[in-house]
Amino acid sequence: MSALPRAHELGLIGCHICGLVCRDTQMPDAACPRCGGSLHRRAPGSRARTWALLIAAFILYIPANFLPIMRTASLGDVDDNTILSGVVELWVKGSPDLAVIVFTASIVVPMLKFLVLGTLLLSVHCGTNWARTQRAKLYRLVEFIGYWSMLDVFVVSLLTALVQFGFFSQVEPLPGVVYFGLTVVLTMLASMSFDPRLIWDCKEEDD
Amino acid sequence: MNPPPSGIEHARNALVSTLLICEHCDTVYRRRPLACGDVARCARCHAVLERHQRISLNTMLALVLTVMVVFVQANVWPIMTLGFNGEQIHTTLWGIIAMMWQEHSQVVAVLAAATLFFFPLCKMLLLGWLLIYGRVGRRAPGFRPLMVTLHYLAPWTMSEVFVLGVLVSIVKAHLYFDVTPDAGAFAYAALAVLITIFSGIDLRQLWEKIPETAP
Repeated sequence: MSALPRAHELGLIGCHICGLVCRDTQMPDAACPRCGGSLHRRAPGSRARTWALLIAAFILYIPANFLPIMRTASLGDVDDNTILSGVVELWVKGSPDLAVIVFTASIVVPMLKFLVLGTLLLSVHCGTNWARTQRAKLYRLVEFIGYWSMLDVFVVSLLTALVQFGFFSQVEPLPGVVYFGLTVVLTMLASMSFDPRLIWDCKEEDD
Repeated sequence: MNPPPSGIEHARNALVSTLLICEHCDTVYRRRPLACGDVARCARCHAVLERHQRISLNTMLALVLTVMVVFVQANVWPIMTLGFNGEQIHTTLWGIIAMMWQEHSQVVAVLAAATLFFFPLCKMLLLGWLLIYGRVGRRAPGFRPLMVTLHYLAPWTMSEVFVLGVLVSIVKAHLYFDVTPDAGAFAYAALAVLITIFSGIDLRQLWEKIPETAP
């Protein structure tokens, strides 16, 4: 593995924005000659920012799960749904296969993001060599699937707009859906601000 | 008349064409030409370094124009119709956004408007603008800031998630109502397919395919 040279060993920097290979001038305010973006060996403050966004997302994730996201009122009969009860309803009454998809998008994916990003941050803090290829793969997975969690937010919006039959049947959004939408945005920002190159910087003082 | 390249300029250009840095682990590679269908992967972290790009700028422009047509259809035509006791309700994307705004979920309305309408629209318009100039080998006015904007916009378009959302709501609403998907839903499905084709295209190649010309 040591036969593969890394950018900082050769005095090079890859631009975060356009990917151009630039010489590392060691200047604090170096800019990419092609796109004008600032050049850093590692995204500055990556760990602190990722922690902050991840913790904020987790705080919002609690009301997102416990508060109901949608109210179905039909002939005076009011029924509040949380994310989980929506999945259960779909499983029992509708199609179990779609319930699996919704369960994956709204519950598994956010949980996976918290677990994976938390693990990555902790392991980067320890500077461990442990399972680096697998950790890099997990990061790419989280980045790729992250935005699918918006599924439930869109479903609630669609049903709200469609089911407007006054007294007979009505769907309203409840605050849970707002918290959930914000959780998804914050976890996306968290995974973007994490610099995966830190995984490979074992016992080095780069930040 | 191009001015003769300065020493620094020359060194930079040499670097551009021969080296490649893995974005995920910072490993440096010498670039090799890729055959059709080839994907270069990083030997250290297995991330994709580069794909063979078979789509030319002209094809890309054609794709962007197709996406624009489908996008207009997806936004103008109703997405689905719900029937109950002889009453029928149609909805479009903007109907959904307006309804969420009225129902005190403004955050959701803004998120939906941004990720399903404004960001995809900006992305297509920017790309169209860059490609109209790019296909004749010129850099469009504002090439640099627009390319940077495209880079930041990329992760925030969610039309394909919305398609799955339409599917789930049809099934959910079908329990109690008469649901029919309308033309807009099919336009969205077509949009999802086109977006998938697009996701294989690395937009960074435009930096190299449309070279800087002397002013």
